[in-house]
Amino acid sequence: MNKQSYGHIEETVYKEKLENGLTVFLLSKPEMAKTYGIFSTNFGSIDQTFVPINGTEQVTVPEGVAHFLEHKMFEKEDRDVFADFGRQGASANAYTSFTKTAYLFTATNQIEKNVETLLDFVQDPYFSEKSVEKEKGIIAQEIEMYNDQSDWQSFMGTLRALFHKHPVKIDIAGTVDSIQTITKEDLYTCYNTFYHPENMTLFIAGNFDPQQMMGLIQHNQGSKHFDQLDHIRREYPQEPASAAKKENKMIMPVSIPKCTVGIKESASGLSGEAFLKKDLLQSMIVDYYFSRGGPFYQQLYDQQLIDASFYFETTLEKNFGYTFIGGNTSEPDHFADTVRELLKSADGTVFTPEEIDRMKKKKIGQLLRAMNSLEFVANKYIYYDTVDVDLFNIIPAIQSLTAEDFNIFVQNWIDDDRIAVCKIVNE
Amino acid sequence: MNETYEEVVYKNGINFHFVPTEKFKTISITAKFMAPLKQDTITQRALLPYVLQQGTSSYPDRSTLQKKLDHLYGAVLTMDGSKKGNHHIVTIRLETANQKFISEESAIIDEAVTLFKEIIFNPNHPDGAFPPAVVDREKNTLKQKINAITDDKIHFANMRLIDEMCHDERYQLHVHGYEDDLEWITAENLYAYYQSLLQEDQLDIYVSGDIDCDDMKAKLFSAFQREGSSMLQEDVLEVEKQKEEPHVVIEKQRIQQAKLHFGYRTHITFQDDDYFALHVFNGLFGGFPSSKLFINVREKNSLAYYAASQFESHKGLLFVFSGIAPEDYQQAREIIERQMDAMKKGDFSEGDMANTKELIIHQMLETTDHSKGLVELLYQQVVGETDRSPDTLMEGIKRVSKEDVIQVASKLELDTIYLLTAQGSDSDE
Repeated sequence: MNKQSYGHIEETVYKEKLENGLTVFLLSKPEMAKTYGIFSTNFGSIDQTFVPINGTEQVTVPEGVAHFLEHKMFEKEDRDVFADFGRQGASANAYTSFTKTAYLFTATNQIEKNVETLLDFVQDPYFSEKSVEKEKGIIAQEIEMYNDQSDWQSFMGTLRALFHKHPVKIDIAGTVDSIQTITKEDLYTCYNTFYHPENMTLFIAGNFDPQQMMGLIQHNQGSKHFDQLDHIRREYPQEPASAAKKENKMIMPVSIPKCTVGIKESASGLSGEAFLKKDLLQSMIVDYYFSRGGPFYQQLYDQQLIDASFYFETTLEKNFGYTFIGGNTSEPDHFADTVRELLKSADGTVFTPEEIDRMKKKKIGQLLRAMNSLEFVANKYIYYDTVDVDLFNIIPAIQSLTAEDFNIFVQNWIDDDRIAVCKIVNE
Repeated sequence: MNETYEEVVYKNGINFHFVPTEKFKTISITAKFMAPLKQDTITQRALLPYVLQQGTSSYPDRSTLQKKLDHLYGAVLTMDGSKKGNHHIVTIRLETANQKFISEESAIIDEAVTLFKEIIFNPNHPDGAFPPAVVDREKNTLKQKINAITDDKIHFANMRLIDEMCHDERYQLHVHGYEDDLEWITAENLYAYYQSLLQEDQLDIYVSGDIDCDDMKAKLFSAFQREGSSMLQEDVLEVEKQKEEPHVVIEKQRIQQAKLHFGYRTHITFQDDDYFALHVFNGLFGGFPSSKLFINVREKNSLAYYAASQFESHKGLLFVFSGIAPEDYQQAREIIERQMDAMKKGDFSEGDMANTKELIIHQMLETTDHSKGLVELLYQQVVGETDRSPDTLMEGIKRVSKEDVIQVASKLELDTIYLLTAQGSDSDE
């Protein structure tokens, strides 16, 4: 077991890669009341085309399979896993993102038992035709709920405008039609390939003894058999650098129009230091311009183009990335044009030492605040680990960014061809 | 267990709460101003958090204020208005990194206290009023917020349910206020109202994080003082209207999914002995994925993605929420009503009781791990005017018997059913 201490933030992480390929991280925090456990696979909604384990031919599965599979993991032949956790005083949940499916629990007692339950239920699938059919009604209602949520529609609508072919443009849950075609065989194919321990990570954070916990996990995993898995061959379409279209306009019964400006960020399979640098600069610079009081925010505010719903977010993954700036606005056209012009004006900015110092301080404070949450730490640790970055070393990395890093990033950041707009209006 | 979560000191017209804990890497200061919910002040109270965030005397616009917050390692300032029973609470919160975790920093806490004081007691008021341009701008922000409620269907349906249910009661007042009031609110009268709020509201200030209590006491006692009193004088109790039979309201919009909400009267609030049994009742009925609503509406009949219940502990209400296909209204309604009947008949096991209690206790303990959640949990006692620490709450939950839950179930009365459904769907009575 590999022990890594981070003196500056008073944290210690234990790491081990088990024989079956599973990566395990333990973060012991005895001052917390609870423990959070997350068991995560590198399988998300974008992993639609791949060569199955023990197979030779590439297959493409229906849209929404990863999410459907997540729902079905909780149902076993004789019982419901939520109830198992409930009996052990824990609450369980799961989520599917573009790149990951994760199962998680929080518990304040019976920690070891709950960790075993987490491992066992995810490693013991039970799919039947009947239960697959039953789930279609539930997921259809989940999709319909999102169909009525204009914020979610605005988010997906922007992705569809930015991406030509990349499956990030497809709704994570699929569509009411696409889920009808999902079969129990599809679920087993995906399960056997992507839920192999080699493709998974377990992170336990909270109130427990790390030695004892690692022993329990090793014992649990040692008693199970898995076929050999070398490498999963996944296929993603060739995605042009430019946005798929300039604008996507949607009609929904909204009280105030919504507008989002999306930037398709370049993503070229970076990892390690280079990935982190881009990830930090992208988020710090967007924050600099668009957070409250920032120069671009202030112009939008002064021109009455935004209200309290204004938001921005930025995401960087290995093979895609995007930045969104949006919100409710009574003048969506004016908002879109203004944001576009402001973004273009960023080119050539030279940040002052005072501005750089402020950006760094803010980012460090944001990270420390986020680290109050075990959920954040575990999720982000896994996210960064997949690109060979250590979450707990990010603060020193922020401190070492130079003025040149900022200035070069902003010079190459904006390209009109990579910007798209999504508008949601009433009529 | 039996942790002491907070030390409370009444001084300078303020209740100070010191909450030392090593759980967090940040320090938060939270001020809570509480007053009775009233028709004639609700919109001003809803507007104030927007205006106060726009600047102080020393940092006169948001941009300057934000730069100061950024320098304090991205300190986060949040303000909002909320409703708890018949009271309205304005919350102002400043969270900063704890200097302990940053090399060569020792002034963050002192600067944060000074800034927090400035934000509350010295907002930007050039001529004895808030800057008129700021007030106009933020009135517009609030107006858009009020209008946008209809875009969040769950929230909208819940608001409409309460409108119908609590028609002639204070509780129906909308937390974001009313567009009509914005016409008479001015920079002058808003500032004047804020001055009276500063003196007359009950004020509680919480400091939480890895703090040295004695040091924080010295800092806060010298920074915060006012003339006002620590307790509210006004009585907000009112007689509840009894409906002869449940009221059914059906409304239509251009939507895909219908929202079916139920409102019950519990006649139980935070001070009552039955409060613990109500908590357990809610857990069994619709509080968790193991509850009757989740199992029967979702898992057994595939009618919904979500079906849950939630209770309001200061007014005495319990709500059921579900999102269903419009054509499933009658079936879903019958299933939900049957679950309530089953609760009244005691159709749940001792095992269900034990699991639900564990889950509730787990939920409370988990809340103590969140810096905001911990303060909210502690503040419940202030709003409920009852000393019930988190540990007392957990002990109380453990003691609840099956008979207690059945007795609580028998007290519950269905008041209103609200259905928001798709235009053109056939769901009329």
